Amino acid sequence: MNDKIFKIVLFTAALVIPFICGGIIYSLTIDASDAISHFGFFEFLSSSEWDYTPGKEQYGALPFITGTLLTTLLALLFCIPFSLPVSLFVGEYFKGTRMAEILSTVTDLLAGIPSIIYGLWGFYMLRPIIMALNISPQGSGILTAALVLAIMIVPYAASLSAEFIKMVPSDLKEGAYSLGATRAEVIRHIVFPVAGSGVFSSYILAIGRALGETMTVTMLIGNTNQMPDSLTATGNTMASIIANQFGEADGLKLSALIAIGLLLFCITAIINMIGKVLIKRARIV
Amino acid sequence: MQTHHLKRRQFINRLLFVLVCFFAALTSVPLLAILGEVLFRGYSQFSWDFITESTPTAFKAMQAIAAGETIPGGIANGIVGTLLMLAMATVVAVPVGVLCGVYLAENRKSKFANFVSYLTDLLQGTPSVIIGIITYIWVVVPMKTYSAIAGSVALFIMMLPLIIRSTEETVKILPASLKEAGLALGGTYSKVVLKIQLPTAFGGIFTGILLAVSRVIGETAPLMFTALGCSMLRWDVDKPIAAVPLLIWEFFNDPNLQQLIWGASLFLLIFVLMLNITAKKIAKKWKS
Repeated sequence: MNDKIFKIVLFTAALVIPFICGGIIYSLTIDASDAISHFGFFEFLSSSEWDYTPGKEQYGALPFITGTLLTTLLALLFCIPFSLPVSLFVGEYFKGTRMAEILSTVTDLLAGIPSIIYGLWGFYMLRPIIMALNISPQGSGILTAALVLAIMIVPYAASLSAEFIKMVPSDLKEGAYSLGATRAEVIRHIVFPVAGSGVFSSYILAIGRALGETMTVTMLIGNTNQMPDSLTATGNTMASIIANQFGEADGLKLSALIAIGLLLFCITAIINMIGKVLIKRARIV
Repeated sequence: MQTHHLKRRQFINRLLFVLVCFFAALTSVPLLAILGEVLFRGYSQFSWDFITESTPTAFKAMQAIAAGETIPGGIANGIVGTLLMLAMATVVAVPVGVLCGVYLAENRKSKFANFVSYLTDLLQGTPSVIIGIITYIWVVVPMKTYSAIAGSVALFIMMLPLIIRSTEETVKILPASLKEAGLALGGTYSKVVLKIQLPTAFGGIFTGILLAVSRVIGETAPLMFTALGCSMLRWDVDKPIAAVPLLIWEFFNDPNLQQLIWGASLFLLIFVLMLNITAKKIAKKWKS
């Protein structure tokens, strides 16, 4: 094959990605503009009404933005006590051993389970427990969704953090040991300061994951369109309201849902970008 | 005083170790619980009929429940739909993704390649429900119908960044001498890439493809607005079609069909985990 043609083929294949990404932004913006121009951009973001009675339709994204933020932050909170030990286990205590390999496989498999199965498990196993503990009467809600979400993001946060913890130079650690430091002190004073920014960035990327998670949340959050008034209340996230109502939506409602989609796209894009930039910086140091 | 202080430090040291081990081990509990639950509840539904027959109607299921029998039928329509859409998506995503990955690995210093690389990350991080919306706008609206084509376009968009990344990473770490030797022997650029680099990188690229397939096979949200679902077994690419994750969602929402949830989940889980483990095995072999 002619080299010139081959290079053109390679370049064309690379063009597909900008084409898709540009297309996503363009199409979402065009289709969301109806709702945004009808309600006004800030009104759309700050209104908590979601009413589809014909004639007085009113769509605001605030309950779903709130729902997304609450589930994501709670999930992050629940995830840290598990992902941090896993990354220390794999990256420091049992670095390079058979035990670490087994635990990595466990987290890899956790990452591989489809989100709809997480949703089923949460619904049929975790929800009854929440009900039995009297945490919330209906069992589903922001707390339940966040708990399962936390399990889902543990693998992402843990495996990347472990990579950074592994990269801490051993002469630094040996220096501390030779001065009489215990392992806990080495972790506290050497490993965390050195690997900290990398570990931090892996949690940012885990947030990016949690923001867009759809099926699990849809099955567990209770799907109500009011502002959630407590952590155990039912609600909806940006992703779950789309999953719930996109199928039968048309006209202004469809446009409003697409506007929520555009918002979600922008938020995850920004979070992921911040995470990637931080990771790049952490690698150089 | 001195020994007291030392004891305290050693105690903290030991405490941290125990805590790390305890919580790290606790992470495997959800995995075992999920696997156990799906296996325990799904295994009794598993039979030959379950994977060779289509989904029963809610009415038939109701009759069976009333008569105290197990629900007839299975998930054959979903299996066919999933395989059909996966095949269509893979056939397009593999050549495009591999070529794009080679481009990125070969032009590391160009601004355009960096830009594409950044956008690949962006696309990989995009929530799957957005991919569903966009495919709805691009394919379902112009075609005026939900279809297997639309479903496979959604899966294609999800697979593409994964394949690009794995190809790029694999081609990047090939020794430069390999390429130089090919060029020194008078091979053209295209020959060196197609006959030397890609075959050498095959293990890594193939692992990436398997992982991409296992990643999208369980996706439900992007298929809800594109493939829609269908209770018949069909091969038409321009009509709504079922998929295993869509069926699970359908069973979850229909009280009459709830018996079928776990069998379908078990099938999906086995499929996904097998792909995952196979990919890991190949990756390990290829690295050593």
